[in-house]
Amino acid sequence: MYDFNYKRASSVDDATASVAEADEGKFVAGGMTLLPTLKQRLAQPSDLVDLADLGDLVGITVNDSTVTIGAMTPHAVVNASADVQKAIPALAKLAGLIGDPMVRNRGTIGGSISNNDPAADYPSAVVGLGATVHTNKREIAGDDFFVGLFETALEEDELVTKVVFPVPDKAAYMKFPNPASRYAIVGTFVSQGPQGTRVAVTGAGSHVFRQSDMEAALEANFASEAVENIKQDDSDLNTDIHASAEYRAHLVTIMAKRAVAEANG
Amino acid sequence: MSGAKMETPMTTTTVSMTVNGKQVSADVENRTLLVQYLRESLGLTGTHVGCDTSQCGACTIYVNGLPIKSCTMLARQADGAEVTTIEGLADGDTLHPMQEAFRENHALQCGFCTPGMVMSAIGIVERNKDSLDEKTVRHELEGNFCRCTGYHNIVKAILAAHKEMTA
Ligand SMILES: Cc1cc2nc3c(=O)[nH]c(=O)nc-3n(C[C@H](O)[C@H](O)[C@H](O)COP(=O)(O)OP(=O)(O)OC[C@H]3O[C@@H](n4cnc5c(N)ncnc54)[C@H](O)[C@@H]3O)c2cc1C
Ligand code: FES
Ligand code: FES
Repeated sequence: MYDFNYKRASSVDDATASVAEADEGKFVAGGMTLLPTLKQRLAQPSDLVDLADLGDLVGITVNDSTVTIGAMTPHAVVNASADVQKAIPALAKLAGLIGDPMVRNRGTIGGSISNNDPAADYPSAVVGLGATVHTNKREIAGDDFFVGLFETALEEDELVTKVVFPVPDKAAYMKFPNPASRYAIVGTFVSQGPQGTRVAVTGAGSHVFRQSDMEAALEANFASEAVENIKQDDSDLNTDIHASAEYRAHLVTIMAKRAVAEANG
Repeated sequence: MSGAKMETPMTTTTVSMTVNGKQVSADVENRTLLVQYLRESLGLTGTHVGCDTSQCGACTIYVNGLPIKSCTMLARQADGAEVTTIEGLADGDTLHPMQEAFRENHALQCGFCTPGMVMSAIGIVERNKDSLDEKTVRHELEGNFCRCTGYHNIVKAILAAHKEMTA
């Protein structure tokens, strides 16, 4: 690992100012993506600004219509939250499918969505539930947040503070994990509720996307039969040693079908 | 030859924490990993490094009451923390119930994964005090790789220790 300057931010303003002032500053949250990247020397930030002391960014608030999760809330806390399990069980379940218990004890929702790995789980929930991402500067609709491979709408010194998820009438997440890394080869999040009928797909493309043919079909009839014959176009999907684009396209339909069945309970 | 970054002398900082009940401190670079701090600065070599990719779990220890991968945390991030490593489990000559269960159930062969397995296994029992079944153990062992045992006896040991620890 290359060396870097390190500081623990004392407030959100201190964190963003420190990153803005540095040559190449980076926030560090759980470090579950950033530190492996640094260990491989795939990045060389001049400064790491640790968000660990920003207690205001940790926590979950649930009311009748929303679940709000602070950016620094670890996956394990979301997974174990009785309030989340009650309001949006699909979200609690998704958090429990990320990595392994040690990764879930450190990794955070803010880090996961800011990193926007094409195979990450949380982006599918943000888009699949029509959530809103709050930052120190503004509110960004989930649909506008993920813009490309490892690319988000965030500016360099912009910090995610929390994510607000509208409570759906029904929702479910189905993931076909890579058996070694447990990242999604394909994951499909479906929901119906205040944000309409949504089908968000992760793992398959450069970043999470909505499957509009399936959304239209489910809008008319929210049943797994409605999606089982809808084929995903594979022309823009990922091919790697784990799965071909064609196979991923096939999995999109299968995962959607299973997710709808689970959402209907 | 080397770039500007290589020529800059590395700054070191004193990092202090409580490890296995003892107050310790050492000077480290900002990039020093917690596992290096434990192994190289403190000589606690029970915690192992099995991979470069944060996947194998051999380095699992407890920080502030939770199992984490010490190869994926900076020593500086653990400044002021409460740390427990495999060396801190036994009470004198009496093994921790999880260590004893591993011994009794032949849950190790080469032993390389074992310190991380034991720490992670204690986490599994703590998260599932009321009831624990084989499926849950296998799911929650996802972050710990063993190249020898085939996991079967590790799962048996954890279920046995669960009984012992929650009796
Ligand atoms: C073995 C292993 C398995 C994994 N498996 C999965 C998996 O199955 N599914 C999955 O989705 N993920 C998986 N992950 C990734 C994990 O979920 C990470 O926790 C997550 O992607 C990053 O969160 P973090 O808090 O660790 O962020 P960090 O690693 O600390 O940061 C990641 C990036 O986000 C930026 N950042 C962090 N917080 C903020 C913020 N609040 N505002 C703006 N920018 C911020 C950082 O600057 C950095 O660029 C795995 C990781 C490991 C090591
Ligand atoms: S050495 Fe830490 S996960 Fe492999
Ligand atoms: S006993 Fe050899 S790796 Fe597990």
